[in-house]
Amino acid sequence: MAYEIIETCVNCWACEPLCPSNAISLPPIGASAERSFFRIDAQKCTECEGDFADAQCASICPIEGAILNSFGEMANPPGSLTGIPPERMAEAMAEMQAR
Amino acid sequence: MELTVLGQPAQPASQGGCSSSGCGGSSDQLSHLPEHIRAKVHNHPCYSEDAHHHFARMHVAVAPACNIQCHYCNRKYDCANESRPGVVSELLTPDQAVKKVMAVAANIPQMTVLGIAGPGDPLANPERTFETFRQLTEKAPDIKLCVSTNGLSLPAQVDELCKHNIDHVTITINCVDPEVGAKIYPWIFWNNRRIKGRKGARILIEQQQKGLQMLTERGILVKVNSVMIPGVNDQHLEEVSKVVKAKGAFLHNVMPLIAEAEHGTFYGVMGQRGPTHDELQALQDKCAGDMNMMRHCRQCRADAVGMLGEDRGDEFTMDKVEAMDIDYEEAMVKRAAYQADIEKKLEQQQLEQQKKAKGNFVSLESLGVKKQPRPVLMAVATTGGGVINQHFGHAKEFLIYEASATDVRFIGHRKVELYCAGGDTCGDGESVLAKIIRTLDGCEAVLCSKIGYEPWEQLEESGIQPNGEHAMEPIEDAVAAVYAEMLEKGLAEKPVRQPLQASA
Repeated sequence: MAYEIIETCVNCWACEPLCPSNAISLPPIGASAERSFFRIDAQKCTECEGDFADAQCASICPIEGAILNSFGEMANPPGSLTGIPPERMAEAMAEMQAR
Repeated sequence: MELTVLGQPAQPASQGGCSSSGCGGSSDQLSHLPEHIRAKVHNHPCYSEDAHHHFARMHVAVAPACNIQCHYCNRKYDCANESRPGVVSELLTPDQAVKKVMAVAANIPQMTVLGIAGPGDPLANPERTFETFRQLTEKAPDIKLCVSTNGLSLPAQVDELCKHNIDHVTITINCVDPEVGAKIYPWIFWNNRRIKGRKGARILIEQQQKGLQMLTERGILVKVNSVMIPGVNDQHLEEVSKVVKAKGAFLHNVMPLIAEAEHGTFYGVMGQRGPTHDELQALQDKCAGDMNMMRHCRQCRADAVGMLGEDRGDEFTMDKVEAMDIDYEEAMVKRAAYQADIEKKLEQQQLEQQKKAKGNFVSLESLGVKKQPRPVLMAVATTGGGVINQHFGHAKEFLIYEASATDVRFIGHRKVELYCAGGDTCGDGESVLAKIIRTLDGCEAVLCSKIGYEPWEQLEESGIQPNGEHAMEPIEDAVAAVYAEMLEKGLAEKPVRQPLQASA
C-alpha cells in the first residue's frame, strides 16, 4: 500500500519535508529523461498510518492529479484544489486554442 | 548590523506643504513617518517611491513550497515572458542564490535590497530561506534583507526572522473577514491537514493579524500588500487598511488583480476581471485617508533583478553567474561609493527644489486664471534617475502623475507591453501604438525625451499632448511646468473628458 507521485508533479518540494517515513525524494535526472520529479519509495510509504489522519503529501500537494492513492486513483481530482470546474477549464482551453 | 543613517532629509518629517520631490505621492508615503523609519526605507526601492527611481532590488527564487492556495496563483506556471509574482524561471539552492546575489550586487551598484518572495511562500520553506539570509548577512552585510509572506506560518517564525537582521517584512493580506477570504483562498495547509473554505480562511486571517502584531512589537517594519479583486474584496479593503494600520503596519500597497485565462488561475479561467486604472486609483485614494499608500509597485516576479521597471534576470542565469569572475570585496567598496554618490545627488536635488519651491507651483492670480483649475493626469517616460530621459517608442511603461494647482503627485504606473509577448495567441489586430494610446487613457500629456512624427500625430488626435521639451529635467518640475502652461492657455480649467479624481 503506497501513494505515488506522477510526472505532472511541478517539483515544489512541499511534500518532501512532511513525509513521516522519509519516503519522498527527487531522483537525479536520468540519461534519457529531460527532467526529474519527486518520487515516493513504495517500500517506505506507510500512507501516514499511525502518524497522521491524512496522507501528508496528498494534503499539501497543489497540483490536481499529481498524486495517486494505492488504488491508482487521483488523491486530488480535477477541480478539487483550484475550485475550477473541469468543464470550465476545458472550455477555457478550447477558447485559447481557437484564438 | 547597525543601520547607518545616511543623508538626513533636508526638511523635518512633519513639515506640511509641498516643496520638494517629496511632495504629493511621495509625501503620502513617507514624509510623515518617524525619522528612524525613514532612515530604514530611504534607499529601499520597494518601500520608497523616491528611492525606486535610483536604487535596485532583486529576488532570489529559493522558496518553492507553499502552504496555501490563492485564486490568483497557479503553481504550474513558469514562463519567461510572464511578469507577475509567483513566476520564476529557475529554482535556486541557498548556495546558488548567494552566489547570484553577490554577482548581481557586483554588476548593478544601485542594488540595495535582496528579497525572498517565492515562488511559493518563503516561510513555508524556512530552512532554504533562512540559510540564504544567514550566508548573506555574513558575505554582503550592506544589502538589506526582506521577505514576503502570506502570513500563515509567520507567528511560528517571528523569532527566527528576528535573528537574521531582516527589518522589512511584507505580508499579503487580502481580507480580515473569513467570508471574503473563502472567495480568495480555496484551502490552506494547517496542523497537518488541508483545510478548505471559510474555516481555512479564518485561520489564515488570525495568523496574519497575529504575525503582523508580533513583528511591529519587535520593531520590524511591515508593509501590507493587498490584491484588489473587483466584486470580491474591493469594498472590503478600506476596512483592511484601517485594521492593519491600527496593528502597526507602516505602508499599504493595494495592487490590481492580474488575471488572464492563459495563466490558468481560478480567477483567470473563471473570467474574473481586474480593476480599471480609475477603480484602482479611487480605492488607493480612499485608503490613503487611513494609511501610507504605496503606488509604485510593479508586482514583480519572484526572481526579478534590477530597477523596479526593468528585469535583468536574463543576464544573471546560474550558468552565466558561475562563469563570472568577481572580486566581491572590491565590488562592495565600489557599491558603497556609488550609492553614497546617489545619496549626495539626491540631497542636493532636494535642497535645490526646496529653494525654488515657491516658483514651481502656479500662482493663479499671476496667470489671470479666474475659473477653478482642475487636476490633470500626465504620463512620463523614464528609465530611472527621477528625470525624463526615455524615448516614447522605447517606453515599456509610463509613470502617471497628477498635477493640480497645489501639487504634483505620483499616482501609479501603466505597462504598455502585454504580459505575454508571444505572437500567435495575442494578435488581435490592434497596432502597438493604438494599444499604448488606450493604456494612456485619461492622460492629457505625455512627457518623454523624444518622440517620432507618427506617434506624435496620433497622440494629438487622441487628445494626449506629446511633449519632448523637458528632456533630462526632474519629473515633478517638468510636470509642474507643463501644467502651468496648460493653465495659462486655459486648458486646465474645466473637464474635457469626465471629471477627474481631485487630489485631497
